[in-house]
Amino acid sequence: MTGPLLELRGVHTHIGAYHILHGVDLAVPEGEVTVLLGRNGAGKTTTLRTIMGLWRASQGELRFRGESLKPLATPDIAQRGIAYVPESMGIFTDLTVRENMLLAARAARRAEQLDGARLEWVFGLFPALRKFWLYPAGKLSGGQKQMLAVARAIVEPRALLLIDEPSKGLAPAIVQNLVSAFTELKKQRSTILLVEQNFMMARALGDGVAVMDDGRVVHAGRMAELAADESLQQRLLGLSLGVHP
Amino acid sequence: MNATAATAPAPAAIPKAAFDWKPLALLVALALAALPAIGSGSTWVTLTVAGLAMGMIVFIIASGLTLVFGLMDVLNFGHGVFIALGAFVATSVMGGMADWTGSASVLHNLAAVFAAMLVAMLAAGAIGLAFERVIVRPVYGQHLKQILITMGGMIVGEEIIKVIWGPLQIPLPLPEALRGSFVIGDAAVEKYRLLATAIGLVIFAVMAWTLARTKVGLLIRAGVQDREMVESLGYRIRRLFVGVFVAGSALAGLGGVLWGLYQQNVVPQIGAQVNVLIFIVIIIGGLGSTLGCFVGALLVGLMANYTGFLAPKVALFSNIALMVAVLLWRPQGLYPVTNR
Repeated sequence: MTGPLLELRGVHTHIGAYHILHGVDLAVPEGEVTVLLGRNGAGKTTTLRTIMGLWRASQGELRFRGESLKPLATPDIAQRGIAYVPESMGIFTDLTVRENMLLAARAARRAEQLDGARLEWVFGLFPALRKFWLYPAGKLSGGQKQMLAVARAIVEPRALLLIDEPSKGLAPAIVQNLVSAFTELKKQRSTILLVEQNFMMARALGDGVAVMDDGRVVHAGRMAELAADESLQQRLLGLSLGVHP
Repeated sequence: MNATAATAPAPAAIPKAAFDWKPLALLVALALAALPAIGSGSTWVTLTVAGLAMGMIVFIIASGLTLVFGLMDVLNFGHGVFIALGAFVATSVMGGMADWTGSASVLHNLAAVFAAMLVAMLAAGAIGLAFERVIVRPVYGQHLKQILITMGGMIVGEEIIKVIWGPLQIPLPLPEALRGSFVIGDAAVEKYRLLATAIGLVIFAVMAWTLARTKVGLLIRAGVQDREMVESLGYRIRRLFVGVFVAGSALAGLGGVLWGLYQQNVVPQIGAQVNVLIFIVIIIGGLGSTLGCFVGALLVGLMANYTGFLAPKVALFSNIALMVAVLLWRPQGLYPVTNR
């Protein structure tokens, strides 16, 4: 049996004088959606940024397909096939939608070299992007920007998607659109590590779940088990959403 | 495989980004407002061409600095040393080609000028590479240290220039064919200023094309907005930054040659003298914006020439006043870079 695609063992991260991660243990199996839950300040975003090398782990081990990510710089980590959608979306607002997508497609030097078939698939998930193809990304609505951020991460095949709170601040209809897109990605057996506060969305998408608190993973298991156990939800998340089969 | 989607234009009903014409209109308004104040059409033409030439030279010098700031948030107060280096290299190259600069042949004259430009750019680019490695790289992300150490770097550079070329002013006369003026109607337009304007336009066109039409340009524009995200997409922005720093230094060297020929003499402090002007330009233009730098440089050039003619005593203050006025209108500069 092969190990997880991504594995974190005892990862500590300091940001300046602050000790944020206190020994994170996390496994992300290939072909699954793993959801990272937890209250604000629990260390979810720091975990994603540490995986991407944007903040360096001061201790512990991060392995992707068995290779240590610790000595690698952010561009090298991205080149291993890890795509990152930050909470801020990271859209280049002065660039057009097409230029944003072209930058994400490392293999293409010009827009004409983008993989047309894959682009059609992306347009199928997010039709607004076709409509606003030559439009400056800064003029898009918040939901459209989020779609662009996700589209950028999948414009070329990637081994792992790290997605940070995609539903944050979006209208329910837009969130539903995102859920549909992620469901499609899930059908394609994409591996996703999803940070999400919206438990409904997390429950709809997650295969596995890890709950963080105070810079540690305090619970890891199957999403179905957490969704079915109201007392566990209450204890871990302070939620009382009832039992969801 | 279907590539049509990648090139498909947006539906006609969807407007593309409206280009912001107001800063360009300001440029035209400034020029037109000066006409009645100056009174004479021929004098106005002469001053306008002189202002555009000065603006183009300042743009060439400042363009690299604004990109360096935009890309890596580096405040390089030592940029002036590359200007001085370029100007002094030009004195050596053109001095060594005195037969060509004194020749009546336009071809020989231009060859000498372009040889000086090429050598100056190579020298400034090479020194820029070392400057980035030794002086700038250790202080990434530390603004106060950047200001102090790059100013220190400029002082050391100036002293080295004094050791090599001496502390005194060195004349840098224009070659024979570039002296004098074309007379158009009653207006006298200096030949050299036309050449400087043409070189500035070519540099701007090449830079605009590179930034708009190439992937490297796209990376630079994206990096100016959000360098962390560019790295997260798998690109090594530090390499890009070194390339931009070297190109910016080389352009400053070219600007030094043009500025030296504009003044027809060079002093070791030439870089420090121009430094103030180029910081005004990049602030007016919007830090990190190439188009803003271009328009800002032309505004500064025109303003300096018009006020120099109309009210010499306020000429020194005029560009500061221009900067204040622009920042009151647009606090982020004429063409602000978003996401910064």
